[in-house]
Amino acid sequence: MSLITSTSRSNAWRPKLRRIRALVLKESRQIVRDPSSIAIGVVLPLILILLFGYGLSLDVKNVPIAVVIENPTPEAVELAAGFQLSPYFKPWMTRSMPPAQQNLLEHRIDGIVRIPADLSRHLAAGDADVQLIVHGGDANRARIIEGYVQGVVGAWSARLGAQGQAGLSPPVTVQARLWFNEANDSSYFLVPGLVVLVMTLIGGLLTAMVMAREWERGTLESLFVTPVRTEEILLGKTLPYFALALFGFVLCVLSAKFLFHVPLRGSMGVLFGASMLYVLIALGIGLLISSWVKNQLVASQLTMLVTFMPAFMLSGFLFDLRSMPTVVRMITYALPARYYVALLQSVFLAGDVWSVIVPNTLALAAMAAALALGSRAMRKVLA
Amino acid sequence: MNTLLGTLLRILALTRKELLAVLKDRRSRMSLLIPPVVQALIFGYAATYDLNHVTYAALDQDHSAASRQLLAGLDGSGVFERVADLQRASDVKSLIDSRRALLIVQIDQQFERHLLSGQGADLQLIADGRNSNTAGTAMGYVSSIVDQFNLDWGHDHGIAPPPLHIVARAWYNPNLETRWFMIPGMIGTLTLIQTMMLTAMSVAREREQGTFDQLLVTPFRPFEIMAGKALPSMVVGTIQAGGVLLVAQLWFRIPFAGSYLTLYAGLLMFLLAAIGIGLLVSAVAATMQQAMLYSMLLIMPFSLLSGLTTPISSMPRAVQYLTAINPLRYAIDITRRVYLEGAGLDLLISDLWPLALLAAVTLSAASWMFSHRMQ
Repeated sequence: MSLITSTSRSNAWRPKLRRIRALVLKESRQIVRDPSSIAIGVVLPLILILLFGYGLSLDVKNVPIAVVIENPTPEAVELAAGFQLSPYFKPWMTRSMPPAQQNLLEHRIDGIVRIPADLSRHLAAGDADVQLIVHGGDANRARIIEGYVQGVVGAWSARLGAQGQAGLSPPVTVQARLWFNEANDSSYFLVPGLVVLVMTLIGGLLTAMVMAREWERGTLESLFVTPVRTEEILLGKTLPYFALALFGFVLCVLSAKFLFHVPLRGSMGVLFGASMLYVLIALGIGLLISSWVKNQLVASQLTMLVTFMPAFMLSGFLFDLRSMPTVVRMITYALPARYYVALLQSVFLAGDVWSVIVPNTLALAAMAAALALGSRAMRKVLA
Repeated sequence: MNTLLGTLLRILALTRKELLAVLKDRRSRMSLLIPPVVQALIFGYAATYDLNHVTYAALDQDHSAASRQLLAGLDGSGVFERVADLQRASDVKSLIDSRRALLIVQIDQQFERHLLSGQGADLQLIADGRNSNTAGTAMGYVSSIVDQFNLDWGHDHGIAPPPLHIVARAWYNPNLETRWFMIPGMIGTLTLIQTMMLTAMSVAREREQGTFDQLLVTPFRPFEIMAGKALPSMVVGTIQAGGVLLVAQLWFRIPFAGSYLTLYAGLLMFLLAAIGIGLLVSAVAATMQQAMLYSMLLIMPFSLLSGLTTPISSMPRAVQYLTAINPLRYAIDITRRVYLEGAGLDLLISDLWPLALLAAVTLSAASWMFSHRMQ
């Protein structure tokens, strides 16, 4: 008796697998033949990798500034020389303020360091000022520049102190160390962020668009009248994109390691597992959106809006989550990208930190489960 | 004169039809008007490099009045939140690893003694460098609090303040808020996406549905069809830009220093260039999906290499040259400079002529391709 049921079950399995395989084959051919799928699945990730690896950087170097030496006394010239020697500045020496201000106005320079005419006299009296004007438009950059100017002036004061003028070194000196990124290289956090964007793009956007196109053209309805079951359609449709996402993942990790030399300090297994979980969620969101709006243009824009833009802006890979207002922070908890970014940053730079891996993976798994339930509901609607 | 009037009327008729096609459906109406405003609101809050909440743990091995005074300076700043008081140096790793603390402030046993003896003391600072930009900013905040501590300590213990100090001032953004920099930049960014896509899709839709051939047999000339496709996107782009501008001014209360006329002159030039690119895409693409994908392929590098989130001057030289053909780069520069600095048209020439060139080249290329495809 039990033998019969098991054979009949395996009999039911075999055509099922065959149908899924046929669908996967058909969908894969469609991907390979459609230049636009290749564009979003392969070309766009490549462009993003190159842009992130070579184009984007938050490191500030060779800042064009004007150094105004109003009176070339030995002290003033020596102080100005400090700016010339610094790798952070590309100083332009001048004797008066107005041309420097004009340059700042036209944004040809980022700041003005003004060494006043009476520097030597005030130094002797112990109350000398160096004036710094920065272009505050880009506040982040302005703050970094302020820090660098502080460094140059501080180094010069320390040299004066070493020459015997007492009381120049401050009581407390900060000795800072940056863990996980000793060289303070911004590609260390930009490249893991890139992985998130590429996975989101392939998983979410491509799936949403392809499915919406099927809805628009009515080819999905004609699939429904075939003996193929709904879950088989879903599986057959998504497996090829899953494979494409896998390919994008391998591409990203390889280029991170060998092109941009970002360390991978954690284990490949964790990285892979988390990424697959995330792709599943992105696929699910893409499917849900496309079956809800059934229109390519709206589906693609909605997917951009709920997956790609948040992955860029609200995931914590660029902007610090803790500093966002409570309402916005609440929104980020609903975004899978947030957990994926935390996982990626830790696995790439810090290693297998289980106190980060476990809660974030659990959150992703819960989202995947919720989506699976959601697609079940969708199946009922279709059937 | 009659032909000119006829052209104008035909363009207007096509524009009206085009706007109807876009706006008749509630969903697509919403998808044009709501996203830019919602994005401006959310990203306006999110897209900031400023920190207002930094978690740190103190490892105070000195337990002296001086070390407490220093830590009180951190706690009282309103930015730093002490999440733990560590007893052993071995606890540091787990706190940083689990991301509970962004910073560890370590004060050695001899801290106060060194301070009192006048030889100077060290403060050890360890930061979680997984996001090195955030960590760098937080370390900068600590440095300025330590500077203040040094001044106070010197004052209380009769040490002369350092003879040389820096008086810093930031033009156009006195409190150095990133938000002031980000939100005006978003006016162009949020507008670009849909303006370009809408244009690219409108022709592709006609082609896919076969109505493009019907348009061709009407008395419309290729140029008029193109203008009729460009105008609606222009209208939508202008309205979207206005929405983001309103959010910046009314919600975030960022003072507008320039003139609206200048801003809109720059934006119109930018929209023309964006629409030109969109039309070019639609001339190349055969289907709606291709049109959408090709525009996406352009929009992404455009927005990443625009200077919105990372400065163009930090990019490698070759990439900086590439950004020369990016209309968004100029638009962001224009909106920021008009908005924050109150720059007039004379200061914006260096942004306006590349946009004009881009618009001229793309629009004429698109119209050439249209007329050649049609005949």
